[in-house]
Amino acid sequence: MNDVRIAGVGLTKFGRYPERTGRDLFAEAALAARDEAGISRGDYDEVHYGNFMGELAEGQGHQGPVVAEAAGLDCPATRYESACASAGVAFRQAVQTIRGGGADVVLVGGMERMNNLGTSEVTRSLAIAADELFEVRAGVTFPGAYALMARAYFDEFGGDNEDLAHIAVKNHANAMTNEYAQFHREITVEDALESPVVADPLTLYDACPITDGASAVVLVSGDYADENGLDAPVRVAGSGQGGDKAALQDREYLAQTPAATKAAEMAYADAAITPDDVDVAEVHDCFTIAEVLALESLGFYEPGEGIGAAARGETTRDGDRPVNLSGGLKAKGHPVGATGTAQVVEMTKLLRGDHANSDAVPDARVGVTHNAGGTVASAVVHVLEVMN
Amino acid sequence: MADAGYDDWVAAIADGEGYYLACPDGHGSLPPRRSCPHCASDELTEEPLAETGEIVTFTEVHVPAPSFADEAPYVTAIASFGSVRLTGVVRDVPRSDVELGMAVTPDVDVNATTGEQVLVFRPVDE
Ligand SMILES: [Zn+2]
Repeated sequence: MNDVRIAGVGLTKFGRYPERTGRDLFAEAALAARDEAGISRGDYDEVHYGNFMGELAEGQGHQGPVVAEAAGLDCPATRYESACASAGVAFRQAVQTIRGGGADVVLVGGMERMNNLGTSEVTRSLAIAADELFEVRAGVTFPGAYALMARAYFDEFGGDNEDLAHIAVKNHANAMTNEYAQFHREITVEDALESPVVADPLTLYDACPITDGASAVVLVSGDYADENGLDAPVRVAGSGQGGDKAALQDREYLAQTPAATKAAEMAYADAAITPDDVDVAEVHDCFTIAEVLALESLGFYEPGEGIGAAARGETTRDGDRPVNLSGGLKAKGHPVGATGTAQVVEMTKLLRGDHANSDAVPDARVGVTHNAGGTVASAVVHVLEVMN
Repeated sequence: MADAGYDDWVAAIADGEGYYLACPDGHGSLPPRRSCPHCASDELTEEPLAETGEIVTFTEVHVPAPSFADEAPYVTAIASFGSVRLTGVVRDVPRSDVELGMAVTPDVDVNATTGEQVLVFRPVDE
């Protein structure tokens, strides 16, 4: 099986770009990644691309060829859609393709354009990640769905809004030094607790913002990297994906995310590591409660014990295992279809030592990315490792 | 436009004759469905939905999608009816009185924004 290495990464700054086309956003990230990789155009075998709401936001389906062209490439290009896990799934498919010998060089990334829609249209568009018949028609929005999970969590395990507020405070603090983050604004626990209710018990500061942006990664086979003398010090050591019922009402658990647990177990086994080996993680905190569920699915905590991790200082930048040093979706921003590979970009930089927050984890060798779709009916986990 | 299977199910609930789909192993699910989502059995039969369910989680939505613009804020809940759970809008009870474990009965009402039918839960006097 061919080894998979990361040869280049690129990001747009995340933020509000209502006037910028999706193809332009993706081109910026892709050209940055291509520039870092330094691989000639003709060597690219495939483009794997994540996007969620392109039809609703830009009236554009069939985005694979559109964005490949924008990235200056002439090769097969496929879009993957798995709600907020779209780019994570695209990344996993790229990894599998290279491992299987089907390609040596793949550009993988994602893009989402959302701010050209108004708040209510964005709310509608995000809601289509839920079950249309049994949830959307009953008024379930994306924040509403996570609010249903948050209340179920509080009821089963305890915890409260103050615990969640500490997660928001931590991630905002981490974003301060990340030039690519949407927010550069420290907040306090009081700010979070006093922010307007979106879907109770979740408030505005429990939620990630509406974000435009793109991310891209150049993946190469180990053989290609060696033959071409590439500087690609980070390898993809493990990959896993899990699934669950689409609608919350049909799930066995309302306060746990077994799809992510399965993805993590698969990725750990693939990389031959355990949760204890993980130095640093980027997890899918589209809402503060989602970070809690992620920490537990990744095996860092038992169910019910992840809620206090930020308040106890265990996942802060000075803690034993910092989580979301990028600022997370909460403060870095969440351009839905770009998020999965954006996490890989951040983690690659953290492990290479060229991230603004690398000094928080100077000896890190193993990093994990956790990307969830919808209310974690889809989940993708990857293990990245610094080469010896 | 009709959604075969689903619309029939909503109509049955509106008539007070709600049902769910049961497989031989006792798993519950909702139509339209050709096999049990838990064990893949294709021997599904319609069984009467319990008249009373219990709220297992809920939220008051303040930022609605356009299709619920005139409803906000509104309470959406998941309620358990034995082997099957339903998601609906809670009606006829102030938000401050909604609580976990509350007994509700399923019904169908009109979405004030769209004029379309919506599954609702109404409180049960105990
Ligand atoms: Zn069954």
